[in-house]
Amino acid sequence: MSSIAQRLGARGGAGRVGTGASPITVLCLVAAAIFLLVGSLVSPIFAQQTVAGLAQGAIFASLALALVLIYRATEVINFAQGEMAMATTYFAYQLTLWGLTYWAAFFLALVMGFFLGLVIQVVAIRPVQHSVIAVVIVTVGLFVLIDGLVTWKWGADLKFMPAPFGNQVYHVGSVAFSRQDLGTLVVVIATVLILWVLFRFTKLGLAMRAAALRPASASLVGVRVNWMLAIGWGLAAVVGAVAGLMTEPTVFLQPTMMQAVLLYAFAAAVLGGLESPAGAVVGGLALGVFLNLVGQYVGFATSELRLPIAFAVLLVVLLIKPQGLFGRKQVRRV
Amino acid sequence: MAALLELDNVEARYGPVKVLHGVSLAVEDGQIAAVLGANGAGKTTTLRAVSGTVRRTGTIRFAGKALGRTGPDGAARAGIAHVPEGRGTFAELTVWENLRLGAYSRRRVPKDDYRRVLEYFPWIDGRRHQQAGTLSGGEQQMLALARAFMQRPRLLLLDEPSLGLAPVLVTEIFRIIQELNQHEGLTVLVVEQNAHIALQLAQTATVLEVGRVALSGPSAELEQDESIRRSYLGY
Repeated sequence: MSSIAQRLGARGGAGRVGTGASPITVLCLVAAAIFLLVGSLVSPIFAQQTVAGLAQGAIFASLALALVLIYRATEVINFAQGEMAMATTYFAYQLTLWGLTYWAAFFLALVMGFFLGLVIQVVAIRPVQHSVIAVVIVTVGLFVLIDGLVTWKWGADLKFMPAPFGNQVYHVGSVAFSRQDLGTLVVVIATVLILWVLFRFTKLGLAMRAAALRPASASLVGVRVNWMLAIGWGLAAVVGAVAGLMTEPTVFLQPTMMQAVLLYAFAAAVLGGLESPAGAVVGGLALGVFLNLVGQYVGFATSELRLPIAFAVLLVVLLIKPQGLFGRKQVRRV
Repeated sequence: MAALLELDNVEARYGPVKVLHGVSLAVEDGQIAAVLGANGAGKTTTLRAVSGTVRRTGTIRFAGKALGRTGPDGAARAGIAHVPEGRGTFAELTVWENLRLGAYSRRRVPKDDYRRVLEYFPWIDGRRHQQAGTLSGGEQQMLALARAFMQRPRLLLLDEPSLGLAPVLVTEIFRIIQELNQHEGLTVLVVEQNAHIALQLAQTATVLEVGRVALSGPSAELEQDESIRRSYLGY
């Protein structure tokens, strides 16, 4: 068909101008960071809630990063991202049942998650990738399919895995930090850093960026664009799986465990700007801290209101700054 | 002299619309060949057929081997560099990353080639961290040539290098193309609207008319012929 010609035309005519965060955004973020730091020094409860919020936000950030990686390459929100993460967490659970230690199961499950993402792209996404709406429908279908398969295999009741970080609490002055929160932060930050190095400094990463941004031009310099997109789905599945595995210690294992997290991650990705990986990370952390502090200090904001508040944030972002904190203004040349 | 590139009865279509109706042409090794013609004659599609960007039938032989169903990435690895309409710039990436991508299909990081690039385009070194989309049109065209050079191709396909550039820049670009041809032994197949300058650059030319070869031959002859001038070249 003429899809190649269409893409050539579409990409050739579209110019994306402007980069990263504006100075005002950076200023606001620095101000927010100073506010959090000063607050944490003044009040132990504030400090605790901030760190817990960062840990919670790190999970949103890593699933949001998965959404952004796929959005940049495929231009759709992968509605099955949370379910893929959940399935990968069940793989890890099965591996621990077979006698592996937690961390051995963790890394092996990430490898399996990579291949899960890769196979899904090749089998389910690639055949329909010329149509955005078809891809969206396929991801919704995958959501239902993965949910059904996991429930069929492992059941819908709660399962428990060994605790990755234990239950210790560290005391710094009068502030208590849980090892669980700190561990989650470290794992997610390490994942983001590894991914950043891969994309920024390796030939594979450069080719993946080129394939996502300008598929027609990339193929003309010899990049196998379809393979790069498949690897991109694999990497996104790995980052999502980290979110799943880090969610498990607090909500335990059940087929619905990632559904709320996916919604928070979506809000975080929009807050950061759907095209920006850095935005997804900052958006996730900001959302996590914001929700925790609002829950602590705003009387009526009980835990039932967490999700509505997250969506209020999403709505405000879409109204005031639709391209998000780090997004690029889309400028199309005609 | 053997033909590096041979097209034999090549047809190509976009969906139901057939654009090439059996084009045959040959480009000798070490030559600059031009494809001329009016808008919609199939000049761009001829280049796309060679690089496999559009699906084609008929035979295309490159360096003695049939390209078959090779896609654009395969053509690039086989030694064909295609600078498409719009120059194929990775506007979001830096100048250096654009050059790095040019060398993508080669194993080693070519430090030496980068030095050679700077001989032709000295301004690039100072701007290598700049986002390629912020370069001017002429700079982007030069970057496209530099990127193609990093690919170390045997054949360079150029689609309207003069498009949208000031006359002084067009002269500069064509001078560099000529140097690449003479000093690096690069074979070039160039598509141009500007028939006058293309005929001065190229040794041979093919004139297309609605997807068919209307005539072809040495550029000197084409330029002399009054009737050809008037009917096909429009000057």
